[in-house]
Amino acid sequence: MKASAGGYARAESVGHAVQLLAASDGQGRVLAGGQSLIAAMNMRLSVGDLLVDISKISDLSGVAVEGETLRIGALTRHAQIGSDPLVKTHAPLLTDAVSHIAHAAIRNRGTIGGALAHADPAAEFPACALALGATMHVEGPDGPRAIAAEDFFEEVFTTALSEGEILTAITVPFAVADEEQILEEVARRSGDYALVGLCLVKRSAGHRIALFSVGPKPILATGAMAALDAGDLDAAVGALSAEIDPPSDTQASAAYRRHLAGVLLRRAVARLKGDVA
Amino acid sequence: MTELFRDKVDVSMTVNGEPVEARVPAGQHMIDFLRLELGLTGAHASCEHGVCGACTIRVDGDAVRGCLMLAAQADGAKVWTVEGLTDTSAISDLQDAFVERNALQCGFCTPGMLVAADELLSRGGVPSRAEIREHLSGNYCRCTGYEAIIDAVESVAKGRAVKGTT
Repeated sequence: MKASAGGYARAESVGHAVQLLAASDGQGRVLAGGQSLIAAMNMRLSVGDLLVDISKISDLSGVAVEGETLRIGALTRHAQIGSDPLVKTHAPLLTDAVSHIAHAAIRNRGTIGGALAHADPAAEFPACALALGATMHVEGPDGPRAIAAEDFFEEVFTTALSEGEILTAITVPFAVADEEQILEEVARRSGDYALVGLCLVKRSAGHRIALFSVGPKPILATGAMAALDAGDLDAAVGALSAEIDPPSDTQASAAYRRHLAGVLLRRAVARLKGDVA
Repeated sequence: MTELFRDKVDVSMTVNGEPVEARVPAGQHMIDFLRLELGLTGAHASCEHGVCGACTIRVDGDAVRGCLMLAAQADGAKVWTVEGLTDTSAISDLQDAFVERNALQCGFCTPGMLVAADELLSRGGVPSRAEIREHLSGNYCRCTGYEAIIDAVESVAKGRAVKGTT
């Protein structure tokens, strides 16, 4: 079908974008790479939006080192993240995630900020942000603020961003020496949304496990994390099964998703180097 | 609507190397703009939600979904469609290989397939069949079963590699 937009404005800067959103009387919608929003508009799932196009704000794009963290601008495209050497060194989970996200042409346009703010529960980047303990940086009428990934994702397509705020960047703590970051997912075809996906981060401080496509938002599997820290993989799989409540839909039943989550955890742990938990 | 938001947007871009200035509806995607306003009907509007790849065009050097980009966003962009890539002979070896290998039947997917494959080939080297298949996984073909398409892309990659070394 054909999109129906209420209007369009091209933001020249973050400040300008915030002003435009404030002037949109609640109808404003931030347009970045457009790979989810324009699809939703074409399907008339989203109608009459006043589009605030931030895609030309060049200082929102790019990867930089900031102290002991990696700062990734919200408009950094998936393809850029997939080939960026800093990301590969300091947050290899994101490099791996890119190869699972949709198809090449979509990775050329889609942005990490768009994926995080859209908060599709089946998407890779939100779960990666959770597993890595990333921080979201947002700008709004009341100035900038930072939101921990654990507080950012609230519901299906719903985040802690308030009306009028824009996600500008994400910071990710550097992977420490010997840290391992692994992403496993099952999808029916290359590029499809995952039936279930799992991120495993093994740090000296302990394991972190985040799942996607198992509920209305990406989740940290704290029970499974504690069991892995204690070195008991079977207990971790059991805990994981108990702490997720996946949906049944046309793609997979809840029971199959719960089964897959355990399979993916075992696969991820098997890929860890050195002593297996 | 406040006057800050426009329902018609002025854009200036190049399409197939030629400058284009236009006033486009805010919600119009690139494929409708190219097909309906410029008469460039090579890239096809099909699923219109980014799944099938029939609308694949090249924007600022990247293969993108024409249905998932608004014409309003193309301001300042360099846009290439299969027509332009044909006129400049940039992909003539690829087109010849598609014919030679029977890599198309109805031809509906072919313009998008060519632009997507050309992006992979432009990186140089000879990609594996698995890499070719993965790169084209976002382009649907309902006729060929893909094998002939992979054959065609692979043969061009090998041909260009030989040319590059002689």
